[in-house]
Amino acid sequence: MTRPKRSDKKGETRLDRTTALDLYTRMVRIRQFEEKAARLYEQGLLPGFLHSSVGQEAVAVGVCGALRKDDYITSTHRGHGHIIAKGAGLDRMFAELYGRETGFNRGLGGSMHIMDFELGVLGANGIVGAGIPIAAGAGLSIQLRGTDQVAVAFFGDGAINTGAFHEGINLAAIWDLPCVFVCENNLYAESTPQEYVLRIPALTERARGYGIPGELVDGNDLVAVYDAARRAVERARAGKGPTLLECRTYRWYGHYIGDPAVYRPQEEVEYWKARDPIPRFEAWMKEHVGFDDADREAVWQAVAAEVEAAVKFAEESPLTPVEAALDCVYS
Amino acid sequence: MRDNVLMREALREALDEEMARDERVFLMGEDIADPMGGSYKITLGLSTKYGKHRVRNTPISEIAIVGAGVGAAITGMRPVAEIMYVDFLEVAMDQVVSQAAKIRYMSGGQLSVPLVIRCQGGPGRSAAAQHSQMLEAWFFHVPGLKVVMPSTPYDAKGLLKAAIRDDNPVIFFEQNGLYNTRGPVPDPGEDYTVPLGKADIKREGKDVTIVAYAQMTLFALQAAEQLAKEDGVEAEVVDLRTVSPWDKETVLRSFRKTGALVVAHQAVRQGGVGAEIAATVYEEALDLVDVEIARVGAKFAPTPFAPHLERYVIPGKDEIVAAVRTTLERGGRFGAVGQAAAQRAGAV
Repeated sequence: MTRPKRSDKKGETRLDRTTALDLYTRMVRIRQFEEKAARLYEQGLLPGFLHSSVGQEAVAVGVCGALRKDDYITSTHRGHGHIIAKGAGLDRMFAELYGRETGFNRGLGGSMHIMDFELGVLGANGIVGAGIPIAAGAGLSIQLRGTDQVAVAFFGDGAINTGAFHEGINLAAIWDLPCVFVCENNLYAESTPQEYVLRIPALTERARGYGIPGELVDGNDLVAVYDAARRAVERARAGKGPTLLECRTYRWYGHYIGDPAVYRPQEEVEYWKARDPIPRFEAWMKEHVGFDDADREAVWQAVAAEVEAAVKFAEESPLTPVEAALDCVYS
Repeated sequence: MRDNVLMREALREALDEEMARDERVFLMGEDIADPMGGSYKITLGLSTKYGKHRVRNTPISEIAIVGAGVGAAITGMRPVAEIMYVDFLEVAMDQVVSQAAKIRYMSGGQLSVPLVIRCQGGPGRSAAAQHSQMLEAWFFHVPGLKVVMPSTPYDAKGLLKAAIRDDNPVIFFEQNGLYNTRGPVPDPGEDYTVPLGKADIKREGKDVTIVAYAQMTLFALQAAEQLAKEDGVEAEVVDLRTVSPWDKETVLRSFRKTGALVVAHQAVRQGGVGAEIAATVYEEALDLVDVEIARVGAKFAPTPFAPHLERYVIPGKDEIVAAVRTTLERGGRFGAVGQAAAQRAGAV
């Protein structure tokens, strides 16, 4: 991948066309994966729970776009987007959602627990906030091993009042660990609005309490997320310690597929849908690197074909043999 | 071989030797660096020897201590996280139970979590309800965790070294009442390990099997001596050493020899490790006609503060002796070992 350069003028990243198209494609892959998964779930074809990240693609891609393959991420119950943005194949993603042998975790983990060490994905996580201290530990491991990797924790606004948030970020702060803490603030913790659980106007104010930088970002603006993430990642890689990013965004679906989301007004949903990160980035590309309807069509069609093939792969994959249910308890 | 080494010294030697052997091993916990060297001095001198980057003081943040241990373990390190009291692990239960224990499983076998969580605790010191619990059954109940509870300095050192080399999360539970006990331990640098999952027969006998672990093993040995002297009963004492996975084979072999079992621990009896062992032995030995099984455990109450109340709630040697006598009497077995003993048992 071509490394993007930073312009001297505004401190704003100038993405070259190749990189921009790559990031755009990643967003489209997430969007189409999530939409297809939602349809399959509604048809009763996928077991368990499904938490969709449609609408939040720019956070996953903006942050993971600033990372190397050997950097680590911890993710959340709403983790498909992060993992795809980190480079996951849709075939093994779908296979995991179907609970098949070919899934990333052989169907032992499922939607909420996808892990892949090769991609640096230390795990989606069904426990809110739990990935934060784990990412701090990955940062500690990086520091002790003396590599220049970075560990990123994604978490939602629901996690910010857990003990794990406080303990994990504080530990990373006092030890200058190479971590980036990314709050994907979609304004609701399940059904509870953010203003009900937070007395301050922005989570980033808390960064000061830990003695680390905090940055509030428009989470539906891919370039803004990418810029902020690059600053935080560079800082971490340089051994200067962690950063807290708050990316304001919105999930189009409810907390889970099937949640009618009666707790939020329809006008609010429409407001945010009008700020869809994908067309916004298309507009940016048109202005800065060149992008037209034919480009758009090519990406969407290629991804649609990938999604269809991935679903077919998953559906044709064998069920995991039952012995596997007892195989992996211990090393 | 030295014949008089303190358990706390043996534990320190294990950490020292493993840190010297493998640079991926590091320690973190509250107050573990010098000059404090740990609340119970187990890590004294190690930060001076290996540096404060490898022996790391942490804030009072149990979630972060275990969580960071998990994160470091799955990315190539072999952390030993110290939790000052096993009671404090309650604060970090998600990281222990739903993260450390399950990551290998949820990843489909892709990741391993070579994390040792050292903790200590136990009754007998008027430490009251929040500093003297025996919580091993909580962890015993969780697939994916190993639980180790040594009773001698030799086992403590060998088991800790084995736990650090193990690729699974291990709760290494040191019973406080044993720190100042002494016993034979090989010379420093003489590398040995005690395998996890293997019980040890600490005393051979033919009349009854007493299964115990940690400090209760010492009480079981004292009880066995008393029973031999007063009742002519020869008890076999099986020290589990590793509580999970427990050594079913050794326990069953001993039970098939003696036909009578007393499982003894200081944790509360209800839902304790002893319940599982007793039930398993019963199920596996249905072919034996005369089987006698009993459990010894703490009464169902928090640990009280006042010494006489604590002694009332928490069992020790006397309760084991009483349980053996009752068990053998109930089974009509004293005929085999002496009428006088049976009469005494009847009085219990």
